[in-house]
Amino acid sequence: MQGEPVLTMRGICKQFPGTKALDHVDFTLRSGEIHALMGENGAGKSTLIKVLTGVHEKDSGSIHISGIEGEARIHSPQDAQNAGISTVYQEITLCPNLTVAENMFIGRTDGALVRWKEMEKKAEAILNSLGIPARARQELGSCSLAVQQMVAIARAVDMNCKVLILDEPTSSLDEKEVEMLFGLMRDLKNRGVGIIFVTHFLEQVYAVSDRITVLRNGELVGEYLAGELPQVSLVAKMMGKSLDDMGGLEALGQKRAPGEDPVFEADGLASTECRPFDFHIRKGEVNGFTGLLGSGRSESVRAIFGADRVTGGRVRVKGRNVRIASPHDAMKHGIGYLPEDRKRDGIIADLSVRDNIILALQVMRGFFRPMRRSEMEAFADEYVAALNIKTASKDTPVGSLSGGNQQKVILARWLLTHPDYLILDEPTRGIDVGTKLEIQKLVLKLSQEDMSVTFISSEIEEMLRTCSRLIVMRDRNIVGELTGSRLTQAEVMKTIAGGER
Amino acid sequence: MKQKTRADKRKGALGQLMIPLIALGILLLFNLIRDPRFYAISVATNNSGNPVLTGNLISIIDSASELAIIAMGMTLVTAACGGQDISVGAVGTISGTIFVKVLKAFPAINIGTVLLAALACCLVTILFMSFNGTLVSVFRIQPMIATLILFSCGRSIAYWIVGSATPQIDSPIISAMGMTIPGIPIPTPVFGVLLVGLLLAAVFRFTTLRLYTETVGVNEGAARLNGINPVLVKMGSFVILGICVAAAGIIGTSRMGQVSLKTLLVDIEMDAILAVAIGGNSLGGGRFRIIGSVLGAYIIQMLTTTLLAMRVDPVDIKAYKAVVIIVIVVAGSPVVKRELVRLWSLLRQRVLPAKGVK
Repeated sequence: MQGEPVLTMRGICKQFPGTKALDHVDFTLRSGEIHALMGENGAGKSTLIKVLTGVHEKDSGSIHISGIEGEARIHSPQDAQNAGISTVYQEITLCPNLTVAENMFIGRTDGALVRWKEMEKKAEAILNSLGIPARARQELGSCSLAVQQMVAIARAVDMNCKVLILDEPTSSLDEKEVEMLFGLMRDLKNRGVGIIFVTHFLEQVYAVSDRITVLRNGELVGEYLAGELPQVSLVAKMMGKSLDDMGGLEALGQKRAPGEDPVFEADGLASTECRPFDFHIRKGEVNGFTGLLGSGRSESVRAIFGADRVTGGRVRVKGRNVRIASPHDAMKHGIGYLPEDRKRDGIIADLSVRDNIILALQVMRGFFRPMRRSEMEAFADEYVAALNIKTASKDTPVGSLSGGNQQKVILARWLLTHPDYLILDEPTRGIDVGTKLEIQKLVLKLSQEDMSVTFISSEIEEMLRTCSRLIVMRDRNIVGELTGSRLTQAEVMKTIAGGER
Repeated sequence: MKQKTRADKRKGALGQLMIPLIALGILLLFNLIRDPRFYAISVATNNSGNPVLTGNLISIIDSASELAIIAMGMTLVTAACGGQDISVGAVGTISGTIFVKVLKAFPAINIGTVLLAALACCLVTILFMSFNGTLVSVFRIQPMIATLILFSCGRSIAYWIVGSATPQIDSPIISAMGMTIPGIPIPTPVFGVLLVGLLLAAVFRFTTLRLYTETVGVNEGAARLNGINPVLVKMGSFVILGICVAAAGIIGTSRMGQVSLKTLLVDIEMDAILAVAIGGNSLGGGRFRIIGSVLGAYIIQMLTTTLLAMRVDPVDIKAYKAVVIIVIVVAGSPVVKRELVRLWSLLRQRVLPAKGVK
């Protein structure tokens, strides 16, 4: 059924202040194919989709759509709609309190008068032809999420659509519902619709896609036939590594053999955001969670720290059963946590460097035991010097520091509490190379000093350099654990991909 | 390096108070030019034969007392919640009626019964403010919407408590509280402001309330990840506001010797919010300076007194006040501030090289 190109994008560029989101990206979609658009967060997938749907204007490049003479002019979502491009977003954007038929035709009736009977009849016909198990007069909110998603697709398809974009349509569906959705996608494909499928789930890509286009850092990595691209190569391409790129990892310092005593153990720990998992870390050990973004690694460490609502499992700290229901509990048991999103969860932007450094220690001391000013100054001086934090003064609001120095301030905040177990979620993201190395060195030094550290980074080399054990996650489950000689990039990618395909 | 740190600190402290201090300065200067007699302070004898200080300045700091006290509490709520409580006037009236009601329950008014009544006022206002606090912190309702409830029904509640009668409380103790203590020529409410201010200063000195409040105000999520419970911090700010409101209600009632539901602390919520804003505090929460809000309260009162001294018709005063406030608020806005900083640096660039030549 795969045929002529329905959509051709050539040399698309899009610049945002500070970043080049798309750099000469080409993308071709043929009629009757399901084409997966892959890449890590920030690779440019959503920007490309937004350019295509008229949410963003492209800076340069051309878009051609079959049946339209010359360049397609897409300056607004309405233009995209008229050109035959329909989008179904991750979150369902329909109105649950209206009926299925109303949702399918809302905003598309001619004039102010609605012919309800006719509308319902038309809706019923479309639902039947696509095999969607919903009735036209049913309230949308009473359908399952998958059916709602399918209604959204039906609405999109009905608008004379040549190109259907599905942006993470499966993220809130269970396996059965995903299968149902895939059935609908295959059906549409056989009718000649070109489908762009954006997802984080590798298995699902291979289940339905014909072709895969990979983006990385706003650049096109390549277009591949799904059958010809093994899963492990796909992961490698998304991460921008070649499979034999394994050498050249000089050690920054000595990794130490972890002690025997577990500092932290969890059995079946689960939170509202993560599935149950088992985990432990020994004294002086550095381990790491790895996996693609969205694989559940941050959610897992957030559960350890009590940052999300814990829903089950048992936790032991130094062999003693404890309850960690909030970050405060975790701090009391000697756990520190540097969050993934520095700006949102880490820094208190308007407060001074000094206040930001002493914050966690002050909270641990308690409400009625405020630090003396002189003590605060001494702590701040000590850590500004020790971590080489570049700031005009200790009174400078931390928000005005560079990213790397902000990160160091948060590190200082936790080091000051002298935790037994420190969780660092992406401590090196968005900071300069020099600081990245400093932080990695620091992690190894802390481990020599008997601190246990969980180190998470999108840069696999960083983790291989620092961790003596890597826990690999895929699709929100732990799928493997690598130690010793298996700590290589190739092994990591193989495990993430789920073995050779 | 040390010196620079100190200079920075001074700049930071003055930066926020710059606008209110300038506004106050201009008002003082204006009155000085207009009529120096505005500042005359004389000793008079009151009805009971005790010496009291009189004059516009005394009347300003006296009449601004309730506003200053409520503005202090409002600053905390603003900092922690990023929103304002508009029920303070209504709840303050409830405090006044409780004060009268408790005193009336005893045959005689003495120090003991007054303290008991004051305690009852505090408990009741804390209760009402905790209601606001729960809506804001637990149910995450916009503070202005949450406090709109008591804003609209607070005075009715006060009416239910006290009934249609306006009972007088006639006692030397009450008049000492509302006006002057025999032998001390300064109005007592001024000491009330001082007392609440000192209490707050002590709380900041002996607890981490300031750090916690600012942290929650700037970044609630990060505060939680650092072990702070934002719900408790926000509730705390409302409880403190409750105590301030109780104090303001008691002072206002003592001043009049009766509780008048229609006039007690009327419109004070808007003035209190204004005082917080004039004081250079961000109404969106975060860092705060109580002293700024207190200055703001005195500026507002000074404005009223100045206009009265100029024999402006009381009906027109609000309009004149509005004009001045527009000027102050716009002068303190980020846009104007940024422009001022730019002009200042331009000016320095012009002046400094000239100095170098010398």
